[in-house]
Amino acid sequence: MLHGIDLDIPRGDFLALMGPSGSGKTTLLNLIGGLDTPTAGAIAVDGRRIDQLSSAELSRWRAANVGFVFQFYNLLPVLSAQRNVELPLLLTNLSAAQRRRHAEIALTLVGLQDRARHKPRELSGGQEQRVAIARAIVSDPTLLVCDEPTGDLDRATAHEIMLLLQMLNREHGKTIVMVTHDPKAAEYAQHALHLDKGTLAEGHGPGAP
Amino acid sequence: MKFLPLLWAQLFRKKTRTILTLLSVLVAFLLFGLLQAVQIAFESGADAADAKRLLTTARYSIIEPLPISYLPRIERVSGVVAVANADWFGAKYQNESNAFAVFAVDPARYLDMYPEFTVPPAQRGAFVKTRTGAIAGQRLVDRYGWKVGQKLPIASEIHPKADGSLDWEFDLVGVFDADDPAVRGNTDMVLINVAYFDEARQFGRGKTGWYIVRVADSEQAKAIAADIDRLFMNSPDETKTQPEKEFAIGFAKQIGDVGALVTRILMAVFFTILILTGNTMAQAIRERVPELAILKTLGFTDGVVTALVLGEALLLLVLGGGVGMAAAVGVMPMLNGATGGRFPPLFVAGQTWLLAAAIAVVLALAIGLPPAWRVRRLRIVDALAGHR
Repeated sequence: MLHGIDLDIPRGDFLALMGPSGSGKTTLLNLIGGLDTPTAGAIAVDGRRIDQLSSAELSRWRAANVGFVFQFYNLLPVLSAQRNVELPLLLTNLSAAQRRRHAEIALTLVGLQDRARHKPRELSGGQEQRVAIARAIVSDPTLLVCDEPTGDLDRATAHEIMLLLQMLNREHGKTIVMVTHDPKAAEYAQHALHLDKGTLAEGHGPGAP
Repeated sequence: MKFLPLLWAQLFRKKTRTILTLLSVLVAFLLFGLLQAVQIAFESGADAADAKRLLTTARYSIIEPLPISYLPRIERVSGVVAVANADWFGAKYQNESNAFAVFAVDPARYLDMYPEFTVPPAQRGAFVKTRTGAIAGQRLVDRYGWKVGQKLPIASEIHPKADGSLDWEFDLVGVFDADDPAVRGNTDMVLINVAYFDEARQFGRGKTGWYIVRVADSEQAKAIAADIDRLFMNSPDETKTQPEKEFAIGFAKQIGDVGALVTRILMAVFFTILILTGNTMAQAIRERVPELAILKTLGFTDGVVTALVLGEALLLLVLGGGVGMAAAVGVMPMLNGATGGRFPPLFVAGQTWLLAAAIAVVLALAIGLPPAWRVRRLRIVDALAGHR
């Protein structure tokens, strides 16, 4: 349950949301990403009140504007990396060849072009998360919503993933909102906000490195 | 079409389960194709019936003969334009298993009555003129390799000759066929000249099995049938006259109501399939709730996700049903060979394919709608909880 949240995230920001379990950080992330709707209050993204959208409108808005990265990757196990990345493009009018090309570019960006034909079970955790990131950026959304993106990875792999997210933020201008328990991961963000019992606690400055 | 690879991959997520389910659907539709073919074969006589033709038989049983003297009296009934008669001869050729129908007929009257049977004019002329003549259906000729001009030695099931022998010999003077496939199914028979047959048989002379009556107006058929039966009322040989189609249906029902039997068997089969595939489908979707939630997260609307689940059910039914129907087509030549021509030809008709498609769609909706509805109502945050 969230109370009295008044939050403005500038375009191109990389924000880490931190806090103990049950503090409401995932709920806030769901609201920002359009996966849930608030019982009261307003949420505007790029000037659009997403809390007023119908379910179908919200789906279309997510498809066009938001990329999602989850702790457990959430790839479809029956599809190859390439097909997983192509999934969001099935909702566009792109031809099969164009979808394939876009997916190849996204996989190249995350350094997995040579793993395109592999199924998720044939990839390491870090590789799966890279495929998930490729899927999140393939339709070129302005906002990336990441829920514990390094929660299932070892330290070295987590570092690689965070560098990748940082690169997407700095070089491609993606606005990133990331929930994490890990202070090390939060250091890659420009800002970190702490939630506690559904309210914003305090903030601190840009992270390293 | 762009969703087809996704549907295909999801359908074969658990290959063994899907293949077993497909096999059960395949067997159901194979059975459907076969039973429909049998039903159509049984009804082919009725389908080929002419609304202007009536059949006059003995009132209480078709096996009771009628006096041949009835023919001119029936001809005089108002509205009747032609009359032919036929007698059941029954036959075996070479051995017991080569059985087929043989009818003793007045050649000209009979062939005029059934213009759907095509005979080359010269062969028709020979049949009319030759007292020992016989013409055979093209399918029988093909099966036994007969040639026009040869002797046709056949044994009657019922009628001995005057000397007591059941072995008869006729001259094959022609071959008849039909353009309509439904009619061709009824040409597995031989027609012999009743003039010779009646003279040579040991008993039953002056009698015939039944009359075929052509009327001018099919609307008057029932009334004319009543007039004919009234003519012979209270005589030792009362008659029962009915439209050819009604007769054919009644005749088929003497074996059993094949249509009702087929319908009941198929209902049981498809109900079982409904339960089996419905359960499998529900289980498959239940296992994939988090994945379907991911699709919704990516922006797939409730409608698209619902359509994907229904599409998967449809793909399962179309795939299994299509292969099952194709298998039914594949085994038809074998079955037709096994019946030895004693049964009208079995084939998978166009209407059977259409019916199969309709059944596949209805079953797909029935098994797909419950899980699709569940997925439609799925809240992303609930489905993803514990699976992030």
